[in-house]
Amino acid sequence: MNAVPMTYFLVLSTILFFAGIYGFITRRNLLAMLISLELILNSTDINFAVFNRFLYPEHMEGMFFSLFSIAISAAETAVAVAIIIHVFRHLKHIEAQKLNQLTDLKK
Amino acid sequence: MGHESLSSVIVFGILAAVMVYCSIKAVTTTKILRAVTHLLFVLFATAGLYFYLNYSFLGAVQLTVYAGGIVVLYVFSIFLTSTDEDKHKPIKSYRRWLGFLAASAGTLLCVYLFYTVSWSHTHQNVGEEVPMKDIGLALMSGEKFGYLLPFEALSILLLACIIGAVMIARKRQ
Repeated sequence: MNAVPMTYFLVLSTILFFAGIYGFITRRNLLAMLISLELILNSTDINFAVFNRFLYPEHMEGMFFSLFSIAISAAETAVAVAIIIHVFRHLKHIEAQKLNQLTDLKK
Repeated sequence: MGHESLSSVIVFGILAAVMVYCSIKAVTTTKILRAVTHLLFVLFATAGLYFYLNYSFLGAVQLTVYAGGIVVLYVFSIFLTSTDEDKHKPIKSYRRWLGFLAASAGTLLCVYLFYTVSWSHTHQNVGEEVPMKDIGLALMSGEKFGYLLPFEALSILLLACIIGAVMIARKRQ
């Protein structure tokens, strides 16, 4: 049924991965950096599923790895968003390059 | 055979086009809410890719957890942290060019590697759907190829994350 070779999937996830890298380097807003991080994680999940399907279709290890990776990235996002909201409450901004005053939070 | 493979190529092409366009827009647009919307479309297309690969369960999890849960979390946190001075002065252009150079060089390197490496044995056909019963039994078995321990560790991790997020984000007197 499938006429699309595995390399096309890998190229697609590579483009996603490096779009995320570009965003992570150039963004200044913490939330925008987190969005780029989600792109990176998403592309690795695609790779796990694709390798599982095209190289070892009789197993399902890659699928389970993607499954657990999705759950862990959900947890990571929840904690990161909580930290960002906390930082915003104290500093009134979430610009990554002005966050050198985190140690003064207690004052 | 030819008709079916043509339609599968078309489906893959649409998914790939949506993913590439929306991922690039998600990292280049200046408004952060638009970035989240483009990320949402990337996640939808990824779920479509999982359905295409006959991983329906993985696609459903992607839709519910990523597109349903995480994006809502992002939207709410954007509403909670948006300020009037979010005018987004563009970043210094030399850093943007450095990022662009790094990203395109990495993409070219990886694509070159993909086309030169020789995969041992690539299966040409997308296989059968993994039965739901097998997934459930593997998640709940403690034997070889069973995932009971990671499953339980993940549930404890999620509990710790909930408690930690509430502890960090609550107001302190």
